Amino acid sequence: MKKSNTVHNMVFFYIPLALLVAFAVFPYLWTFLTSIKPDNELYTSTVRYFPQHPTLKNYVDLFQKSNFIKNMMNSFFVASVTAAISLFVSVLAAYAFARFNFKGKIYFIVSFLLINMFPAVLLLTPLFVIMRKTGLLYTPYSLVVAYSTFTIPFSVWLLTGYIRDLPVSLEEAAMVDGCSRIQAFLRITLPLTAPGIVATGIYIFITAWNEFVFALMFTNEATRTLPVALQTFIGQYDIQWGLLTAGGVITTIPVVVLFMMVQRKLVEGLTAGAVKG
Amino acid sequence: MKNFWSKSAPYLLIAPAILLMLLIIAYPIANSIRMSFLKYILFKPKDVEFIGFANYFNVLKDPVFRQSLVNTVLWIVGGVFFQFFFGLILALLLNRSFKGRGFIRSIILIPWVTPGVLIGLMWKWMYDGNYGVINDIFARLHIIQNYIPWLAKSQTSLLAVIITIIWQGIPFFAIMLLAGLQAIPEELYEAGKVDGATGWQTFWQITLPMLKPTILVSTLLRVIWVANSVDVIYIMTGGGPGYSSLTLSVYTYMKAQKAMDFGYASTLAIYLTLILSIAAYFYLRNLNLKEVR
Repeated sequence: MKKSNTVHNMVFFYIPLALLVAFAVFPYLWTFLTSIKPDNELYTSTVRYFPQHPTLKNYVDLFQKSNFIKNMMNSFFVASVTAAISLFVSVLAAYAFARFNFKGKIYFIVSFLLINMFPAVLLLTPLFVIMRKTGLLYTPYSLVVAYSTFTIPFSVWLLTGYIRDLPVSLEEAAMVDGCSRIQAFLRITLPLTAPGIVATGIYIFITAWNEFVFALMFTNEATRTLPVALQTFIGQYDIQWGLLTAGGVITTIPVVVLFMMVQRKLVEGLTAGAVKG
Repeated sequence: MKNFWSKSAPYLLIAPAILLMLLIIAYPIANSIRMSFLKYILFKPKDVEFIGFANYFNVLKDPVFRQSLVNTVLWIVGGVFFQFFFGLILALLLNRSFKGRGFIRSIILIPWVTPGVLIGLMWKWMYDGNYGVINDIFARLHIIQNYIPWLAKSQTSLLAVIITIIWQGIPFFAIMLLAGLQAIPEELYEAGKVDGATGWQTFWQITLPMLKPTILVSTLLRVIWVANSVDVIYIMTGGGPGYSSLTLSVYTYMKAQKAMDFGYASTLAIYLTLILSIAAYFYLRNLNLKEVR
């Protein structure tokens, strides 16, 4: 009995789990291995899995021969400013949606939900024209504007959920004790929803950090962000896989670290809407 | 006075968000509609003229549009179905408690926060016709005799990008479905056990029906997401070879970014939005909303 149970577990649990995890992880492992291989081990007639002479040359080249640090700073600037502006605007709106009843509330909420569904390509051409007219094109601010079109509706949705989950009684108690509504908001609601706000902020940061479609059209050499920089490594004639994979590793590490910090809170907020309905 | 403030407070709070949305979404969309009635190629500023519905008719006659529409359907149906299928399996596996579950759950989510550009590049490298690891693995397993340039062959390019998007979307479904699974009350399973239900029966009679609202909502979100996705295909194949892996959103993007034909691109984008809206409308109408609530 015991033995057949073990076999059953192997076939229906450990093997499928191991296969799915391997499938999820393999591309990263492969990217990392590629990034530490010297060129002569990359382009071999049969694929060599583990580097015989692992090297950091690709990483050194990346920082010396390309503008990678500049690109990184551009990405950091755009992602931070987008997160700050989106959070400020969204926290206010989310607080109104979670704590007030007012005329037309349902229409506002529904329109914020619907905006999430618009294709990015619908906004691409008009925003490009507007940016050019206002002189914002090829500045980081054009990306901040473009990214706000999807980060604000999304954060309003997420933050409304976080604030709604907080018992109203705490704020009411504070107001009975003589706090104004604004004081209650600043001293009670804001600190208690801080984990949710941080998670949302990091999600916005990650989305902006990763974005490519707008970034390719709205930046030039000086304002280029990381994803666009990575794409430019695809040369005219051949692709420099060593540099590219090194750049990929460097681009993804900060995002993964940030994400791991808020993963639980974020998943909680995202699934709450879908599961509770 | 106090009454006035408490009445207008919520409007004041949502005002910044609403004003920004009007300025950076509603106004641009109106502009997009206007551009769809123009002949408007960005580097020919003198040639801009009003042409009525000509762009709309031209799109319908455009063979590339038709092929990209077929590709889009395959891309969405194939991509989302298998994301759901493997995501469900993963969620069921992760719903059991075992050592290291938290760790596995975290690492499995990484594809979800990986830049689309990097996803495209990683898979492009793995699919490479000369040095690609996928060719090597398949050759070692004797699945193929000779290396195949997966992305450079029109018979395999669409399949190759669909597999990539499946890989990217599994985590999303897995976490959504896992949350749904954990919300199913334990008593239901106990009742099933008392009635002598087998594991298979439990799955079909209890798990799946209880999971239905989560499945419907996450599928809708994912369909919209996949339909609008540009970067993975743009990086991996650019829609090629020929138009074999071109989807509607990639076609639109190329028309704007490469050809700078803003009039035509705006029209394509409007078609895409209309198709998605109609699909979403019927999906939501046929879905009993009470079930989701």
